Amino acid sequence: MTATLLTPPTAMTGTVATPAVQTETILAIRNLVTRFKTGDGMVAAVNGISLDIAAGETIGIVGESGSGKSQLFMSVMGLLASNGRATGSVKYRGQEILGLPPAKLNRVRGSKMSMIFQDPMTSLNPYLTIARQMTEVLVQHKGMSQSQAMKRSIEMMDLVRIPEGKRRIGMYPHEFSGGMRQRVMIAMALLCQPDLLIADEPTTALDVTVQAQILDLMRDLKREFNTSIVLITHDLGVIAGLADRVMVMYAGNVIEAGSVRDIFYDPQHPYTEGLLQSMPRLNSDRHAELPSIGGQPPNLQDLPPGCNFQPRCRYAHARCLAEEPALRPCGDPAALRAKACHLEQLPLTEADRAVIDADRAARTRH
Amino acid sequence: MLSYAVRRILGAIPTILAIIALAFFMIRLAPGGPFATDKPLPVEIKRNLEKAYHLDEPLYMQFGRYMGNVLQGDFGPSFRMRDYSVNELLRQGFPYSLQIGLIAVAVASFFGILFGTIAALKQNTPGDYGTMAIAMIGITIPNFVVAPLLVLLLAVTWRILPAGGITAGWTSFILPIVALSLPPTAYIARLTRASMIEVLRSNFVRTARAKGLPERITIMRHTLKAGLLPVVSYLGPATAGIITGSIVIEQIFGIPGIGRYFIQGALNRDYTLVMGTVIFFAVLIILFNLLVDLLYGALDPRVRYD
Amino acid sequence: MTDATIGSLPPAAKPIKGRSLWQDAWRRLRTNKAAIVSLAVLALIAVACVVGPYLLPYGLDDVDYAAFTTAPDFAAQHYFGTEANGRDLLVRTLYGGQISLMVGIVGTLVSLIIGVTYGATSGFLGGRVDSMMMRLVDVLYSLPFMFFVILLMVFFGRNILLIFVAIGAVNWLDMARIVRGQTLSIKRKEYIEAAHACGVSSWGIIRKHVIPNTLGPVIVYMTLTVPQVILLESFLSFLGLGVQEPMTSWGVLISEGARSMTIAWWMLVFPAVFLAITLFCLNFIGDGLRDALDPRDR
Repeated sequence: MTATLLTPPTAMTGTVATPAVQTETILAIRNLVTRFKTGDGMVAAVNGISLDIAAGETIGIVGESGSGKSQLFMSVMGLLASNGRATGSVKYRGQEILGLPPAKLNRVRGSKMSMIFQDPMTSLNPYLTIARQMTEVLVQHKGMSQSQAMKRSIEMMDLVRIPEGKRRIGMYPHEFSGGMRQRVMIAMALLCQPDLLIADEPTTALDVTVQAQILDLMRDLKREFNTSIVLITHDLGVIAGLADRVMVMYAGNVIEAGSVRDIFYDPQHPYTEGLLQSMPRLNSDRHAELPSIGGQPPNLQDLPPGCNFQPRCRYAHARCLAEEPALRPCGDPAALRAKACHLEQLPLTEADRAVIDADRAARTRH
Repeated sequence: MLSYAVRRILGAIPTILAIIALAFFMIRLAPGGPFATDKPLPVEIKRNLEKAYHLDEPLYMQFGRYMGNVLQGDFGPSFRMRDYSVNELLRQGFPYSLQIGLIAVAVASFFGILFGTIAALKQNTPGDYGTMAIAMIGITIPNFVVAPLLVLLLAVTWRILPAGGITAGWTSFILPIVALSLPPTAYIARLTRASMIEVLRSNFVRTARAKGLPERITIMRHTLKAGLLPVVSYLGPATAGIITGSIVIEQIFGIPGIGRYFIQGALNRDYTLVMGTVIFFAVLIILFNLLVDLLYGALDPRVRYD
Repeated sequence: MTDATIGSLPPAAKPIKGRSLWQDAWRRLRTNKAAIVSLAVLALIAVACVVGPYLLPYGLDDVDYAAFTTAPDFAAQHYFGTEANGRDLLVRTLYGGQISLMVGIVGTLVSLIIGVTYGATSGFLGGRVDSMMMRLVDVLYSLPFMFFVILLMVFFGRNILLIFVAIGAVNWLDMARIVRGQTLSIKRKEYIEAAHACGVSSWGIIRKHVIPNTLGPVIVYMTLTVPQVILLESFLSFLGLGVQEPMTSWGVLISEGARSMTIAWWMLVFPAVFLAITLFCLNFIGDGLRDALDPRDR
């Protein structure tokens, strides 16, 4: 049961000097399964994920394309393609929102929970002014008049550090640069001061310097509004600067979770270890070959037997082919540490190394 | 926006001049002349007639003379209908053609967009398939087939509408307009459907939904504008098609419009009448295209900086 | 373990069988029932038009003095009835089909040749030449070409060759646009750069990359042009500017039928039905091909 594994404790233990602070759960996902109907049959993009997000925390979701990280939150926001179906439970502040009809869901979307997407150019309507696209959120959710909404929108543009907001707000998206467009998206998403901001690869389409600026902005905004942030990305560097805790996804499942420090300094799943090793570092040996995880992400319609990762795993042994590892707690439960792997720990214990070596020997004999 | 408009207008002028030139030379190069009758005319009379109509001058002089006149709005006398000038004939026929044509365009646009949008919103349901099947009929069956069939059904068999002529008041225009607007309606419906489906799948519509906007606003404000752009572009060729179609429709329903004059002129080798109608239609189409271009520029801000 | 690539077990999943674009397209086309049925019906009509006249007792121009403008009469073997000159309508409809279909194919080929040449040249040369050439296309697009075709027909006679060329010349604009668009987008694609970088010759690139990628939309467009051409020919014939006697086409037959429809409904209905069904089928096939080769319409 992963419910308790990824649920932050409802009473945060403070030190003797500070009182215990209640952090409420903003979003509670239970056993979310998202399936798509394709020409070749049903495919499960998200395979039973449970997760709680508390107020004010930033959680990073890391994974390759096809890991299900985006579809997970598309399901939460009700933005699945027409051939997709999500089952399970998603509760916003205790209210079930999965499967709500659009009319009801629209009261939550945009005002209590917002989402920003990867490509700001195509995500903004090229035929409407920025002013229109921003004010309509306030007019719809806060019942503001057009002039009030304009005033607030310009304030928001200033907050996201777009210079000359008053002049710029009447312009069209194609008149903005990539970085500025993303800022506009962020501004739009925060207009109603939502409890939760879901950022789906917000910096992937931007170049590195702009990336850094956007991340700085998000960090500052998080502090200002105390918004919970879900940061979906394949780039570990982005996570490092912003997230409090991290979930690593592979082929529709969570395969490791923990605080950002734990994940980076003490990865417990071979996939996470591989990801970290394959990040180029400034101080690494320039002539050594950059390690990479061999193979391809699996075909979701034809998953490997046992563990989904075993074909690419350097530590795979007989048990991995036979039995799919369940997500289990490891390390400090208060830190919500969990992994889905048969290994005792990484680096390998003596016992595990012996098992792997014996398995290798047995196979080379055949 | 203004510079865009001016550029478009300036671009239209050489086109008009080119059309006048093309029509002129084509007709002059064709065998036969306005005075080719069964009985050969006495040489004297023929020469006098040719002189009166300036046909004895070298070609380039005739062209220059004609161009000059046209630019002052004078299309010259009709070669065949000696009592009338082309201008008069055009003026007579214009109101009928204009009425039918304009209403047909309006009808086609309105119903085409309506059905296309409904089909897009109900994609892959029976409603979608049904509408598109009917649209398919509109596109494939030519209007000169539909028109007689409609007449057969509604005028001859059921007798609820007049079969032709213009004497029955506004009811005599119903069948011609229906026959004329059917193919463009169908085409616009299909175009709208395809375009709307495309737009409904786009990222910015996803953003609109993510912002929690009611579906009604998402469709009206975000989708419609984007989805109708290809339809706006199509209005230019659509009008050309309606004008072409009007030739036949006016024949079938006996409407004394400009299309009918064109056909008569073509068959009679009435040079000036034919040229007059061609130029007239061409200018009309160019003007309409200009309007469409401007409308497009108003809708799509990216185009203005072309 | 310090090997650079992590993971030394062979992949246990079975290999994914690849599908070429054409296989994929054919698979999709096969499931489109409307398109398959249309192909069958069209083939039937074509065969009937070519072979039919040999199986029927009456010739194209045979006058049956006992039957002027008679309704369909199975006993007398006038299955579609006769027309004003006593000629059998079924035979005339089939012969008319030959002409209409032939005009469709040849006109489309003319349109194809002009359009592909123009479009490919424009796209390949790019730059100002391309802009100018496309500007010309834009201008021509909204003109009533039909008017000039009609003038051509009237003044230069109703030569069947001229009809082919003129009708084909009306429709090349769309083809040119499509081919030009494809050429431009392919030119810029990364795989062209990659092919260059790998040392593939220009001709090799054209053969292996440019042509196959242009082929798809061109085929779709051709299938959609054929009905347009047939329609145009019918339109001309209806106005009395089409093929000359004794040849006939569906347009001519419909024109005659429309004039006599109050007294002889069969003269209008049968050719009209043939024309309509043929156009339907062609449009369904064209749509099916388009969906198969460019599947985004789910």
